[in-house]
Amino acid sequence: MTIGGLGPQGGGAASSSAGSPQRHAIVVESDVVRVRQVVRSAAVAARLSLVDQTKMVTAASELARNTLVYGGGGAVTIDIVDNGRRRGVRAVFTDSGPGIADLDLALTDGWTSGSGLGLGLSGSRRLVDEFELESSPETGTTVRVVKWSR
Amino acid sequence: MERIPVLKLGNLLLVSIQVDLEDRLALNLQDDLAERIVATGARGVLIDISALDIVDSFVGRMLSTIAAMSKLLDAETVVVGMRPAVAITLVELGLDMPGVRTALTLEHGLALLGAEVRVRRSDDTDSADRADLPGSIEEPTGPSGTAVAGTVVG
Amino acid sequence: MTDRVDPPDEGDSTWISALLGEQAEILSHWIERAGEMLRARLTAAELARELGDLYGSLAQALPVAGADLRAGAFGELRALLAELSASRARQGFTPRETAITVFALKDAAATILEKKSVSFRAYRRFSDFVDELGLFTLESYIEVRDQAVLEQSNQLLELSTPVIKLWDGILAVPLIGTLDSARTQLVMENLLESLISTGSKHAIIDITGVGAVDTQVAQHLLKTVRAAQLMGADCVISGIRPQIAQTVVSLGIEFGEIATKATLAEALAVALRREGFAVSRSATGGVR
Repeated sequence: MTIGGLGPQGGGAASSSAGSPQRHAIVVESDVVRVRQVVRSAAVAARLSLVDQTKMVTAASELARNTLVYGGGGAVTIDIVDNGRRRGVRAVFTDSGPGIADLDLALTDGWTSGSGLGLGLSGSRRLVDEFELESSPETGTTVRVVKWSR
Repeated sequence: MERIPVLKLGNLLLVSIQVDLEDRLALNLQDDLAERIVATGARGVLIDISALDIVDSFVGRMLSTIAAMSKLLDAETVVVGMRPAVAITLVELGLDMPGVRTALTLEHGLALLGAEVRVRRSDDTDSADRADLPGSIEEPTGPSGTAVAGTVVG
Repeated sequence: MTDRVDPPDEGDSTWISALLGEQAEILSHWIERAGEMLRARLTAAELARELGDLYGSLAQALPVAGADLRAGAFGELRALLAELSASRARQGFTPRETAITVFALKDAAATILEKKSVSFRAYRRFSDFVDELGLFTLESYIEVRDQAVLEQSNQLLELSTPVIKLWDGILAVPLIGTLDSARTQLVMENLLESLISTGSKHAIIDITGVGAVDTQVAQHLLKTVRAAQLMGADCVISGIRPQIAQTVVSLGIEFGEIATKATLAEALAVALRREGFAVSRSATGGVR
């Protein structure tokens, strides 16, 4: 089951990677902090405004914690993308955890299966320009987010 | 495991978060503050987050929990120094941080807590147990150092 | 405008007749050369159509007006060149890429002119004529670009809505004109930054000068007020005109606990009171 698709900017399929993607494991808590730092430097390199950097790093922090806590650990791939007009930062979080049974429910504000505030998925979706979520019990969960420079 | 230092200043506790917060560290801070409020009888907690370049839902929840918990222990919490980009992001994230009082700067925060603690002390003057705590808050001064009351001639 | 300004030069007739005689071949060379130089940033069909029009117009005017580009007969050609430069400028082609399309005509015609044993003097006249075409193209290109720069600087001016210090600890942003989402966002970020840099506890967003508010702009205003509150500042929206109040209600936007005041003066009075200032008229009551 898939949810999301392209954000208002569209053109996601056409965006090409500019620079080599970085892959980081998310296995222990300190990895979440490291993911934030890597996403921050990618956002600076893609010339996102300070507010957009902050939004992207916050979204990455939420998603990395989801990967760790609900996905039982996984990895993230971060790279800078270019759609011909603008640059952006893309982060793809993957885990091979149990998956999310009801994606629509999981994207509702306040819904939580754990101890969080239930803003992890729905909140981070509002912070980015593109958001794609794929989940199944067999393949685990993949979340792909992009934030474009303005 | 490293911990975030909690400083005692009169009847206030002062915390300045200077590192990128790992979840464990945030939870430790919660525990430490609860213990220190009880141990010192502090009436106010100031948390400076001006060095934090993001506040996600986990840290937001920590701040809410600290505020609620300190209230139960009869201490007021004020969070100071939130950056504009962080505030904008929190609003977008949908994180309200209910019950958390905030102030622009440490000075504003001190003034806010000072006024707060003064009001409370006048509320319970008959209970002498806390009235003679050492290092009580002085008369608050305006944030810019000017008198709190002034007159504009129209 | 007269049809002929300069006296005719006998060198002109030879290259003109060569250009008129071998139209098809020169045009195809021209399209090929120009295409190479633009590195396929324009489709072959587009380029062929553009240059075909140009060459057709050129062939019509040359027998009438000779090599004088200022002649009335070249009016259509000048218009076509201006159109070409405008579209190039808008599409982001460099001045070089734009001019080179025209200058490629020299190269395209060279073989034919050589084959026809056109004199060096005639070739020079031809070359000068093409230079004139190229320069005219560049000038039009620059005109279009200047226009774009002017428009952008106007937009920039609009964006630089100032944050004003009304009193110690009280800031105001008077918003004027049309608010789009991007501009509102920028103004708001400026306001929040100023709260920190000036240590001000009170912010007033005055929208007296705003024509209309749509859902997105209203959302941005609300989010700014919430963000200011999270930072520990008070934020008041003033100057909500009746029409805007109606729009906000009919759009179903919840202003909730956001403080609003009818005028900037009232908002200032509230902020002053909260800062502990008392506003009173002196005994002399305005008499000096």
